Amino acid sequence: MTTPSRYWREIPQRYRLEANKCKNCEITFFPPRLICPQCKNRELEPIKLAETGKILTYTVIRVPPHQFVDQAPYAVGIIELDDGVKITAQVVDCDFEDLKIGQRVRIEFRKIFQEGESGILCYGYKFVPE
Amino acid sequence: MREVAVIGVGMTKWGELWKKSLRTIFVETALLAMDDAGVDRIDSMYVGSMSSGLFVGQEHIASMLADYLGQSPVPSARVETACASGGLALRLGFMEVASGMSDVVLVSGVEKMTDVSGYEATYALGSAADQEYEGYHGITFPGLYALIARAHMEKYGTTREQLALVAVKNHCNGSKNPLAQFPFEITVDSVLNSVLVADPLRILDCSPITDGAAAAIICPAEMVRKMNKPVIKIIGSGHATDTIALSSRKDITWLEATYQAAKQAYAMADKKPEDINLIEVHDCFTIAEICVLEALGVVKRGEGGKAAEDEITFLEGKIPVNTSGGLKAKGHPVGATGVAQTVEIVKQLRGEAGERQVKDARIGMAQNMGGSGGSTLVHIFERE
Ligand SMILES: [Zn+2]
Repeated sequence: MTTPSRYWREIPQRYRLEANKCKNCEITFFPPRLICPQCKNRELEPIKLAETGKILTYTVIRVPPHQFVDQAPYAVGIIELDDGVKITAQVVDCDFEDLKIGQRVRIEFRKIFQEGESGILCYGYKFVPE
Repeated sequence: MREVAVIGVGMTKWGELWKKSLRTIFVETALLAMDDAGVDRIDSMYVGSMSSGLFVGQEHIASMLADYLGQSPVPSARVETACASGGLALRLGFMEVASGMSDVVLVSGVEKMTDVSGYEATYALGSAADQEYEGYHGITFPGLYALIARAHMEKYGTTREQLALVAVKNHCNGSKNPLAQFPFEITVDSVLNSVLVADPLRILDCSPITDGAAAAIICPAEMVRKMNKPVIKIIGSGHATDTIALSSRKDITWLEATYQAAKQAYAMADKKPEDINLIEVHDCFTIAEICVLEALGVVKRGEGGKAAEDEITFLEGKIPVNTSGGLKAKGHPVGATGVAQTVEIVKQLRGEAGERQVKDARIGMAQNMGGSGGSTLVHIFERE
């Protein structure tokens, strides 16, 4: 179970898409990092993720983890954003048959799951076709 | 570095072992390895276990298992690199013997996965992925490999049938392994008609939930020579990492950690892919075997799917892969898998593999990986 502090800590990324970028080689990292794995530079500057991109690959989850039981089946993809960052998230508001690699999508803020009857309502980003 | 050899191996029947606890499964298996080696005591031990905490609520199994094996106060350590924990136990034991720190070391792996519900097991396995940035979005392990499969099919034209053939081959081999969890054959049709888990992967593309352990005794090669036993040397060892999140990789279809670990192992052993007579690979899902063969340099990049179709990886093929039945048919008690690969290679190199014996096998390789490829261990063995 997610504790409030663990949930709260990730809010800048999940709600506001805060990333950072290596000042030397200009690669963007999400979530933000303390050191660039490429050039080992430790000077990184904050940046916000692009909100549009394309599907690199996708699947439809039929056997879900327990927090997602009421949502299954649902699609999850790896999306390459227009700033080059790749992230994993659900792709919603579409028929599975229409999903394809290369399809344009944009980020929307949605509920991801809820932890039981009285637990935290967990929010974050999902993708919808453009 | 001293030359290191495997002098004893042990494995018991894998499956859903309702009657047996983690400690019983482990001790029975470790005793088999000690009997096979002809030793009644060891200098130290390593146990690979991915998640005894989540699977049976028991941490600190290093102490518990040394105790129940009757070996306390020898040093004992549990090691973890997700599903590659067993391979890591082997590497650390190898380093300890090679360095001269110890002579007789038990390397082992164990996982007791059926004491929890399916949901809890899925959760435990999922904890090998990035919890905050993969698991949070509802992705599962079959889901991650499905993402790899879809990308591989798109990029290289790999077909659904080629994926199925990996499972068919591994079950065919597994039908000849009495210790396998599922020692029976399946057909391409049965794979293609099995229930979808995460498109395009179906249940018969996936390795099962398994209780089991595997163990090996390793020691200086010189010691084995004096005992007039077959000398199965560990001639190469490699270990590498990749990003924990699949999405962070430059190419989602490429297993860089496997490539890097294999490069190290080939260099240490002074061998090339074409020198290897048989390979055990980490086929946690059918697509994994395809990608691993590419990263090991056994086939060209993008041609992993064709390997099973052309039957070069079949028992009678040019380079038999997963003669044990692989994770698919033999079972996948996650922490034990890497050591079970060693057990199979050693049996093959000794000529003790029965119906599934590869003719004139002299050099074998084992590739064991964790998560979606974030950790990989590769070992090369040679019969002297
Ligand atoms: Zn940089």
